[in-house]
Amino acid sequence: MPVLSKSLKITLAAAVVLAAGAATVVAQDAIAERKAAMKSVGGAFGPVVRMVRGQADFDAAVVLASFTTMNEVAMRYGELFPEGSETGGETKASPAIWEDRAGFDAEVSRFQEVTAAAVAAAPADLDATRAVFGPVGQSCGSCHEKFQLSDN
Amino acid sequence: MKRIALTLVVLIAAGAIAFWALTIPQPPSATRLAAITAHNADAVRGETIFWLAGCASCHSVQGADGDARLELVGGYQLQSDFGTFVAPNISMHPEDGIGAWSLTDFAASIIAGVSPDGRHYYPAFPFASYRRMTDEDIADLWAFWQTLPAIATPADQPVTALGFPFNIRRGVGLWKLAFLSDAPFVDPASLPDDPQIARGQYLTEGMGHCGECHTSRNFAGALNADVWLAGAPNPSGRGGIPNITPHPDGIESWSADDIAFSLESGFTPDFNSFGGTMASVVKNYANVSPEDRLAIAAYLKAIAPLPDAN
Repeated sequence: MPVLSKSLKITLAAAVVLAAGAATVVAQDAIAERKAAMKSVGGAFGPVVRMVRGQADFDAAVVLASFTTMNEVAMRYGELFPEGSETGGETKASPAIWEDRAGFDAEVSRFQEVTAAAVAAAPADLDATRAVFGPVGQSCGSCHEKFQLSDN
Repeated sequence: MKRIALTLVVLIAAGAIAFWALTIPQPPSATRLAAITAHNADAVRGETIFWLAGCASCHSVQGADGDARLELVGGYQLQSDFGTFVAPNISMHPEDGIGAWSLTDFAASIIAGVSPDGRHYYPAFPFASYRRMTDEDIADLWAFWQTLPAIATPADQPVTALGFPFNIRRGVGLWKLAFLSDAPFVDPASLPDDPQIARGQYLTEGMGHCGECHTSRNFAGALNADVWLAGAPNPSGRGGIPNITPHPDGIESWSADDIAFSLESGFTPDFNSFGGTMASVVKNYANVSPEDRLAIAAYLKAIAPLPDAN
């Protein structure tokens, strides 16, 4: 077995430390990024919720823009939960995401489908908005029930 | 020396007899049970009670939707400082579930936490809250129960297995002596005299059993009324259960409409969607009347604002 030179050992050790550090940075970035992504979904949904609750006047352009934003985020949502980002940054992601990846991916797919359907519907009035609002809201709740911790 | 030994034996025997006598499972009074069975029960009303009481959140399969939430096969694992409780099958299956029970069996479990064969239930089953339910509501709930499906327990479903001494069910008798009460958690005299708030108090403190998660517990696992609904550690070990009092640490900024809407839709005023068990609770509240959701909201706006307790 070849004996590693001292300098090589130090280099290797440094590489390992750097790699671990880099992985941590990537994980923390993923946590920050998915929090921002989720906030943008909530931010986009807000005006639609206010219209459905009768707190704002119906505006078809705002509704379409909201669902479009939600669908754009939905399309990249599955990438924001890499291995190594299970904890840290006060994440509310449940360990179940990494224990049941297929189940999580199915919820993300559902989120993509219902938001795509909402965009395609391009609701022209409040009743049409309500019809697509329900499935989108249920998709949020269904995924959060299984894959988000309770503390919100 | 012999005398000391004899005294010890006598003391131990007296202690054992006292423990035995104090921990005898006590069913509700015959008068109470007679009043419950005398009620002309209404299964349709009972369905609303079923959702208000949240039975499906622990006793149906996690993540279940629609009619699958009526399949009360159990299996949900509730973590605690005392071990992991597994929700049992309470479907209408005659052997695996509670299909062979009578209304008085059902009432005894809800009011006194006592099984038909005279054993204590652990207070993970929230009878300490449920016992505030009226005779009518208990009878109506059981009438609705008769319409639910019978589901056999899967062979691989775990059962509750606690460590010593919590595995001795008889010990729950002492817990009941110390903590089981009919008294309201919030003194009604401290609340505005308003039928809507009174209804909200009944729903929240009783069948809604909101305090079971949102209130911190003492060393023995009983709810601490001094920090009523001011939040609690999450028994799963990560995060916390939120403070829902009208305090800046809680939901002071939410209007009563915001609270009612969150119960109906799962959306907070800043458009987050409830996670974990609260998402399941929302599936229950989606099936109750707007008036009841608003009553709970009115009560939550009326109780004392308290800083976070977790």
